[in-house]
Amino acid sequence: MAESEFAQLKERFDYLTERESADHLAVNCPADHLVGFCTALRDELGYDLLLDVTAVDWDAQSPRFTGIYHLLSTTKHEYLRIAVNCVDSIHPSLPSLSGVFAAANWHERETFDLMGIHYEGHPDLRRILMWDDYPYHPLRKDFPLAGIETPLPADDVAEATNAKVLPAPMAGGPFVSSADGPMSQTEPRARDESWNEQQEKPVE
Amino acid sequence: MQKTNVAYDSKVEGEVIVTQADAVINWIRKHSVWPMPMGLACCAIELMAAGGSRFDISRFGMEVMRFSPRQADCMIVAGTVTYKMAEVVRRIYEQMAEPKWVVAMGACASTGGMYRSYATLQGVDRIIPVDVYISGCPPRPEALLDAMIKLQDKIGRERSVKNLTERNAKTADAKLAGAGKES
Repeated sequence: MAESEFAQLKERFDYLTERESADHLAVNCPADHLVGFCTALRDELGYDLLLDVTAVDWDAQSPRFTGIYHLLSTTKHEYLRIAVNCVDSIHPSLPSLSGVFAAANWHERETFDLMGIHYEGHPDLRRILMWDDYPYHPLRKDFPLAGIETPLPADDVAEATNAKVLPAPMAGGPFVSSADGPMSQTEPRARDESWNEQQEKPVE
Repeated sequence: MQKTNVAYDSKVEGEVIVTQADAVINWIRKHSVWPMPMGLACCAIELMAAGGSRFDISRFGMEVMRFSPRQADCMIVAGTVTYKMAEVVRRIYEQMAEPKWVVAMGACASTGGMYRSYATLQGVDRIIPVDVYISGCPPRPEALLDAMIKLQDKIGRERSVKNLTERNAKTADAKLAGAGKES
Protein backbone atom coordinates (compact mmCIF):
# COMPACT_ATOMS: atom_id res chain seq x y z
CA MET A 1 0.00 0.00 0.00
CA ALA A 2 2.77 2.38 0.96
CA GLU A 3 4.51 1.67 -2.31
CA SER A 4 1.60 2.73 -4.44
CA GLU A 5 1.22 5.86 -2.35
CA PHE A 6 4.85 6.68 -2.93
CA ALA A 7 4.45 6.00 -6.64
CA GLN A 8 1.59 8.49 -6.75
CA LEU A 9 3.70 11.11 -4.99
CA LYS A 10 6.72 10.38 -7.15
CA GLU A 11 4.66 10.80 -10.29
CA ARG A 12 3.83 14.33 -9.33
CA PHE A 13 6.99 15.34 -7.40
CA ASP A 14 9.86 13.74 -9.31
CA TYR A 15 12.53 15.04 -6.91
CA LEU A 16 11.37 12.71 -4.10
CA THR A 17 13.08 9.46 -3.14
CA GLU A 18 11.62 6.81 -0.90
CA ARG A 19 13.07 6.48 2.59
CA GLU A 20 13.30 3.33 4.69
CA SER A 21 10.60 3.38 7.36
CA ALA A 22 9.37 1.01 10.06
CA ASP A 23 5.88 2.49 10.13
CA HIS A 24 4.47 5.16 7.84
CA LEU A 25 5.35 6.39 4.38
CA ALA A 26 8.60 8.33 4.46
CA VAL A 27 10.23 10.37 1.72
CA ASN A 28 13.48 12.25 1.18
CA CYS A 29 13.01 15.72 -0.18
CA PRO A 30 15.71 18.17 -1.33
CA ALA A 31 15.81 21.33 0.82
CA ASP A 32 15.01 23.75 -2.03
CA HIS A 33 11.75 21.93 -2.87
CA LEU A 34 10.55 21.55 0.73
CA VAL A 35 8.26 24.59 0.94
CA GLY A 36 6.60 23.92 -2.42
CA PHE A 37 6.15 20.23 -1.59
CA CYS A 38 4.57 20.97 1.80
CA THR A 39 2.29 23.64 0.35
CA ALA A 40 1.01 21.12 -2.22
CA LEU A 41 0.60 18.47 0.48
CA ARG A 42 -1.43 20.86 2.60
CA ASP A 43 -3.60 22.38 -0.12
CA GLU A 44 -4.12 19.50 -2.53
CA LEU A 45 -3.35 16.20 -0.80
CA GLY A 46 -5.03 16.76 2.55
CA TYR A 47 -1.97 16.69 4.82
CA ASP A 48 -3.31 19.56 6.92
CA LEU A 49 -1.57 19.02 10.27
CA LEU A 50 2.12 19.44 10.98
CA LEU A 51 2.76 17.23 14.00
CA ASP A 52 6.46 17.48 14.61
CA VAL A 53 9.61 19.17 13.43
CA THR A 54 12.88 17.73 14.63
CA ALA A 55 16.32 16.80 13.34
CA VAL A 56 18.89 14.03 13.44
CA ASP A 57 22.61 14.52 14.08
CA TRP A 58 24.49 11.75 12.24
CA ASP A 59 27.76 12.77 13.95
CA ALA A 60 30.70 11.97 11.63
CA GLN A 61 28.60 11.27 8.53
CA SER A 62 28.04 13.72 5.74
CA PRO A 63 25.59 15.34 5.44
CA ARG A 64 25.62 15.58 9.22
CA PHE A 65 22.11 16.97 9.88
CA THR A 66 18.75 15.77 8.61
CA GLY A 67 15.58 17.73 9.30
CA ILE A 68 12.52 15.55 9.99
CA TYR A 69 8.88 16.59 9.54
CA HIS A 70 5.81 14.57 10.48
CA LEU A 71 2.55 15.40 8.76
CA LEU A 72 -0.93 14.00 9.38
CA SER A 73 -3.93 14.05 7.13
CA THR A 74 -6.95 14.51 9.39
CA THR A 75 -9.28 13.41 6.59
CA LYS A 76 -7.37 10.37 5.28
CA HIS A 77 -5.92 9.53 8.72
CA GLU A 78 -2.50 8.93 7.27
CA TYR A 79 0.92 10.01 8.39
CA LEU A 80 3.78 11.15 6.23
CA ARG A 81 7.41 11.63 7.24
CA ILE A 82 9.63 13.99 5.27
CA ALA A 83 13.39 13.94 5.70
CA VAL A 84 15.52 16.78 4.40
CA ASN A 85 19.30 16.71 4.44
CA CYS A 86 21.16 19.90 5.32
CA VAL A 87 23.70 20.55 2.60
CA ASP A 88 26.10 22.46 4.84
CA SER A 89 27.26 20.39 7.85
CA ILE A 90 29.12 23.27 9.54
CA HIS A 91 26.33 25.87 9.37
CA PRO A 92 23.24 23.71 8.77
CA SER A 93 20.21 25.51 7.47
CA LEU A 94 16.79 24.62 6.07
CA PRO A 95 13.93 26.66 4.65
CA SER A 96 11.34 27.58 7.27
CA LEU A 97 7.88 26.03 7.05
CA SER A 98 6.33 28.67 9.32
CA GLY A 99 4.68 30.32 6.30
CA VAL A 100 2.92 27.06 5.42
CA PHE A 101 2.10 25.67 8.86
CA ALA A 102 1.89 28.07 11.80
CA ALA A 103 2.77 25.11 14.05
CA ALA A 104 6.27 25.09 12.58
CA ASN A 105 7.15 28.35 14.31
CA TRP A 106 7.90 27.05 17.83
CA HIS A 107 9.00 23.61 16.61
CA GLU A 108 11.66 25.24 14.47
CA ARG A 109 12.73 27.46 17.36
CA GLU A 110 13.18 24.33 19.47
CA THR A 111 15.16 22.53 16.79
CA PHE A 112 17.29 25.63 16.30
CA ASP A 113 17.86 25.84 20.07
CA LEU A 114 18.85 22.22 20.63
CA MET A 115 20.34 21.23 17.27
CA GLY A 116 21.54 24.54 15.86
CA ILE A 117 19.77 24.35 12.52
CA HIS A 118 18.98 27.77 11.06
CA TYR A 119 15.57 28.03 9.45
CA GLU A 120 15.78 30.56 6.64
CA GLY A 121 12.77 32.86 6.55
CA HIS A 122 11.64 32.14 10.13
CA PRO A 123 9.97 35.28 11.53
CA ASP A 124 11.50 35.07 15.03
CA LEU A 125 14.30 32.51 15.29
CA ARG A 126 15.22 32.81 18.99
CA ARG A 127 16.04 30.08 21.49
CA ILE A 128 12.95 28.69 23.18
CA LEU A 129 14.23 26.35 25.94
CA MET A 130 17.74 27.44 26.81
CA TRP A 131 18.38 31.11 27.64
CA ASP A 132 19.28 33.58 24.88
CA ASP A 133 23.02 33.82 25.58
CA TYR A 134 23.61 30.08 25.85
CA PRO A 135 26.52 29.31 23.51
CA TYR A 136 25.88 25.63 22.66
CA HIS A 137 23.28 23.37 21.07
CA PRO A 138 22.80 20.61 23.65
CA LEU A 139 21.26 17.83 21.55
CA ARG A 140 24.17 17.68 19.14
CA LYS A 141 26.17 14.49 19.36
CA ASP A 142 29.39 16.28 20.34
CA PHE A 143 27.76 17.96 23.37
CA PRO A 144 28.31 16.05 26.64
CA LEU A 145 25.14 15.18 28.60
CA ALA A 146 26.67 16.63 31.78
CA GLY A 147 27.00 20.04 30.13
CA ILE A 148 29.81 22.55 29.72
CA GLU A 149 30.82 25.26 32.17
CA THR A 150 29.24 28.62 31.28
CA PRO A 151 28.16 31.68 33.29
CA LEU A 152 24.65 31.80 34.81
CA PRO A 153 22.13 33.65 32.63
CA ALA A 154 21.79 36.52 35.15
CA ASP A 155 25.01 38.41 35.90
CA ASP A 156 23.86 39.86 39.23
CA VAL A 157 22.74 36.47 40.57
CA ALA A 158 26.02 34.93 39.42
CA GLU A 159 27.93 37.68 41.21
CA ALA A 160 25.90 37.45 44.43
CA THR A 161 26.03 33.68 44.72
CA ASN A 162 29.23 32.80 42.83
CA ALA A 163 27.23 30.04 41.12
CA LYS A 164 27.96 28.88 37.59
CA VAL A 165 26.53 26.45 35.08
CA LEU A 166 28.79 23.47 35.81
CA PRO A 167 28.99 20.01 34.27
CA ALA A 168 26.66 17.79 36.30
CA PRO A 169 28.41 15.05 38.31
CA MET A 170 27.70 11.96 36.23
CA ALA A 171 29.21 9.40 38.66
CA GLY A 172 28.58 6.35 36.54
CA GLY A 173 25.42 7.77 35.01
CA PRO A 174 23.24 8.25 33.05
CA PHE A 175 20.78 7.02 35.64
CA VAL A 176 18.18 4.66 34.27
CA SER A 177 15.46 2.50 35.74
CA SER A 178 14.55 -0.88 34.32
CA ALA A 179 11.07 -1.04 32.91
CA ASP A 180 9.97 -4.27 34.62
CA GLY A 181 10.12 -5.76 38.09
CA PRO A 182 8.66 -4.58 41.40
CA MET A 183 8.92 -0.87 42.18
CA SER A 184 11.52 -1.51 44.89
CA GLN A 185 13.85 -2.85 42.20
CA THR A 186 13.25 -0.17 39.58
CA GLU A 187 14.68 2.89 41.32
CA PRO A 188 16.96 4.75 38.90
CA ARG A 189 20.51 3.38 39.05
CA ALA A 190 23.78 4.39 37.42
CA ARG A 191 24.34 2.44 34.25
CA ASP A 192 27.99 1.90 35.19
CA GLU A 193 28.10 1.10 38.91
CA SER A 194 31.86 0.48 38.97
CA TRP A 195 32.41 4.10 40.04
CA ASN A 196 30.57 6.85 41.90
CA GLU A 197 31.27 10.08 43.79
CA GLN A 198 33.19 8.27 46.55
CA GLN A 199 34.96 5.72 44.39
CA GLU A 200 37.03 6.81 41.39
CA LYS A 201 36.42 5.58 37.89
CA PRO A 202 38.58 2.49 37.23
CA VAL A 203 41.33 3.06 34.64
CA GLU A 204 41.01 0.78 31.65
CA MET B 1 21.46 24.60 75.71
CA GLN B 2 19.48 27.21 77.55
CA LYS B 3 15.94 26.24 78.43
CA THR B 4 13.63 28.56 76.53
CA ASN B 5 10.27 27.03 77.44
CA VAL B 6 8.99 28.54 80.62
CA ALA B 7 6.07 26.86 82.32
CA TYR B 8 3.22 29.10 83.41
CA ASP B 9 1.38 28.41 86.62
CA SER B 10 -1.48 30.90 87.07
CA LYS B 11 -1.90 29.97 90.74
CA VAL B 12 1.65 31.06 91.49
CA GLU B 13 2.19 33.91 89.09
CA GLY B 14 -1.24 35.39 88.57
CA GLU B 15 -1.56 37.11 85.22
CA VAL B 16 2.14 37.56 84.67
CA ILE B 17 4.26 35.30 82.46
CA VAL B 18 8.01 35.39 82.92
CA THR B 19 10.00 34.40 79.89
CA GLN B 20 12.78 35.47 77.53
CA ALA B 21 12.47 37.74 74.53
CA ASP B 22 13.98 35.03 72.32
CA ALA B 23 11.37 32.54 73.43
CA VAL B 24 8.49 34.93 72.79
CA ILE B 25 9.71 36.05 69.38
CA ASN B 26 10.45 32.51 68.25
CA TRP B 27 7.13 31.26 69.60
CA ILE B 28 5.30 33.88 67.57
CA ARG B 29 7.37 33.23 64.46
CA LYS B 30 7.22 29.48 64.47
CA HIS B 31 3.48 29.25 64.82
CA SER B 32 2.72 31.61 61.97
CA VAL B 33 4.96 30.46 59.16
CA TRP B 34 3.54 31.73 55.87
CA PRO B 35 4.87 29.50 53.15
CA MET B 36 5.53 30.67 49.61
CA PRO B 37 4.97 27.69 47.31
CA MET B 38 7.76 27.77 44.71
CA GLY B 39 6.14 24.95 42.74
CA LEU B 40 8.38 23.96 39.84
CA ALA B 41 7.56 20.30 39.16
CA CYS B 42 5.71 17.26 40.48
CA CYS B 43 6.72 17.96 44.12
CA ALA B 44 4.28 20.86 43.94
CA ILE B 45 1.44 18.34 43.57
CA GLU B 46 2.45 16.74 46.88
CA LEU B 47 2.71 20.24 48.33
CA MET B 48 -0.90 20.85 47.29
CA ALA B 49 -1.90 17.55 48.86
CA ALA B 50 -0.28 18.66 52.10
CA GLY B 51 -2.51 21.73 51.97
CA GLY B 52 -5.65 19.68 51.34
CA SER B 53 -8.01 18.26 53.93
CA ARG B 54 -6.45 14.80 54.12
CA PHE B 55 -3.05 15.97 55.35
CA ASP B 56 -4.08 19.45 56.48
CA ILE B 57 -0.97 21.53 57.01
CA SER B 58 -3.08 24.00 59.01
CA ARG B 59 -2.88 21.66 62.02
CA PHE B 60 0.62 23.04 62.49
CA GLY B 61 -0.16 26.71 61.93
CA MET B 62 1.34 27.23 58.48
CA GLU B 63 -1.52 26.88 56.05
CA VAL B 64 -1.42 30.47 54.84
CA MET B 65 0.20 29.85 51.46
CA ARG B 66 1.00 33.18 49.84
CA PHE B 67 1.82 33.46 46.17
CA SER B 68 3.44 36.83 46.67
CA PRO B 69 6.96 36.69 48.12
CA ARG B 70 6.31 39.95 49.97
CA GLN B 71 3.71 38.27 52.16
CA ALA B 72 5.61 35.06 52.85
CA ASP B 73 8.51 34.09 55.07
CA CYS B 74 9.23 30.48 54.12
CA MET B 75 9.97 29.49 50.54
CA ILE B 76 9.20 25.85 49.77
CA VAL B 77 11.21 25.04 46.64
CA ALA B 78 9.17 22.13 45.29
CA GLY B 79 10.65 20.75 42.13
CA THR B 80 13.46 20.82 39.59
CA VAL B 81 15.34 24.10 39.41
CA THR B 82 16.72 24.62 35.92
CA TYR B 83 19.51 27.08 35.27
CA LYS B 84 17.03 29.25 33.42
CA MET B 85 14.70 29.27 36.44
CA ALA B 86 17.50 29.76 38.99
CA GLU B 87 17.51 33.50 38.38
CA VAL B 88 13.78 33.71 39.07
CA VAL B 89 14.02 31.64 42.27
CA ARG B 90 16.81 33.88 43.54
CA ARG B 91 14.91 37.08 42.72
CA ILE B 92 11.76 35.86 44.44
CA TYR B 93 13.82 34.87 47.45
CA GLU B 94 15.37 38.34 47.56
CA GLN B 95 11.89 39.91 47.54
CA MET B 96 10.82 38.05 50.69
CA ALA B 97 11.01 40.07 53.89
CA GLU B 98 13.35 39.03 56.69
CA PRO B 99 13.31 36.79 58.64
CA LYS B 100 12.90 34.10 55.99
CA TRP B 101 13.56 30.40 55.66
CA VAL B 102 13.89 27.96 52.78
CA VAL B 103 12.78 24.33 52.52
CA ALA B 104 14.26 22.31 49.63
CA MET B 105 11.52 19.81 48.90
CA GLY B 106 12.53 16.60 47.12
CA ALA B 107 15.60 15.21 45.42
CA CYS B 108 15.70 17.76 42.58
CA ALA B 109 15.61 20.88 44.74
CA SER B 110 18.12 19.35 47.18
CA THR B 111 20.73 17.98 44.75
CA GLY B 112 19.44 18.09 41.19
CA GLY B 113 18.03 14.61 41.74
CA MET B 114 17.91 12.40 38.71
CA TYR B 115 18.53 15.35 36.40
CA ARG B 116 22.29 15.12 36.06
CA SER B 117 22.17 17.18 32.92
CA TYR B 118 23.29 20.38 31.28
CA ALA B 119 20.03 22.16 32.09
CA THR B 120 19.52 21.53 35.82
CA LEU B 121 20.96 23.36 38.81
CA GLN B 122 22.51 20.68 41.03
CA GLY B 123 20.83 21.77 44.26
CA VAL B 124 19.04 25.02 45.06
CA ASP B 125 21.52 25.61 47.91
CA ARG B 126 23.94 26.87 45.26
CA ILE B 127 21.90 30.05 44.94
CA ILE B 128 19.90 30.42 48.19
CA PRO B 129 20.56 29.26 51.78
CA VAL B 130 18.46 26.19 52.63
CA ASP B 131 17.25 25.40 56.17
CA VAL B 132 15.62 22.01 55.71
CA TYR B 133 16.11 19.39 52.98
CA ILE B 134 13.48 16.73 52.27
CA SER B 135 14.42 13.46 50.59
CA GLY B 136 12.05 11.66 48.23
CA CYS B 137 10.99 11.81 44.61
CA PRO B 138 8.53 13.26 45.27
CA PRO B 139 8.32 13.23 49.09
CA ARG B 140 4.99 12.25 50.58
CA PRO B 141 2.96 15.02 52.24
CA GLU B 142 3.89 13.54 55.65
CA ALA B 143 7.55 14.16 54.82
CA LEU B 144 6.76 17.79 54.06
CA LEU B 145 4.84 18.13 57.32
CA ASP B 146 7.77 16.57 59.18
CA ALA B 147 10.15 19.03 57.52
CA MET B 148 7.93 21.95 58.45
CA ILE B 149 7.84 20.78 62.07
CA LYS B 150 11.64 20.48 61.95
CA LEU B 151 11.75 24.02 60.60
CA GLN B 152 9.57 25.13 63.52
CA ASP B 153 12.05 23.51 65.89
CA LYS B 154 14.86 25.32 64.13
CA ILE B 155 13.06 28.65 64.36
CA GLY B 156 12.50 27.93 68.06
CA ARG B 157 16.24 27.61 68.63
CA GLU B 158 17.27 30.81 66.85
CA ARG B 159 18.96 33.72 68.66
CA SER B 160 16.35 36.16 67.41
CA VAL B 161 17.15 39.09 69.74
CA LYS B 162 20.81 38.92 68.86
CA ASN B 163 19.94 39.15 65.18
CA LEU B 164 17.87 42.28 65.84
CA THR B 165 20.90 44.42 66.79
CA GLU B 166 22.34 46.45 63.96
CA ARG B 167 25.85 44.99 63.95
CA ASN B 168 24.68 41.42 63.92
CA ALA B 169 22.08 42.11 61.29
CA LYS B 170 24.86 43.33 59.00
CA THR B 171 26.95 40.20 59.47
CA ALA B 172 23.84 38.12 58.93
CA ASP B 173 23.30 39.93 55.61
CA ALA B 174 26.89 39.27 54.60
CA LYS B 175 26.47 35.59 55.41
CA LEU B 176 23.34 35.49 53.35
CA ALA B 177 25.04 37.07 50.35
CA GLY B 178 27.76 34.45 50.56
CA ALA B 179 25.33 31.56 50.56
CA GLY B 180 26.39 28.82 48.23
CA LYS B 181 29.96 30.10 47.93
CA GLU B 182 31.30 26.91 49.48
CA SER B 183 29.66 24.69 46.89
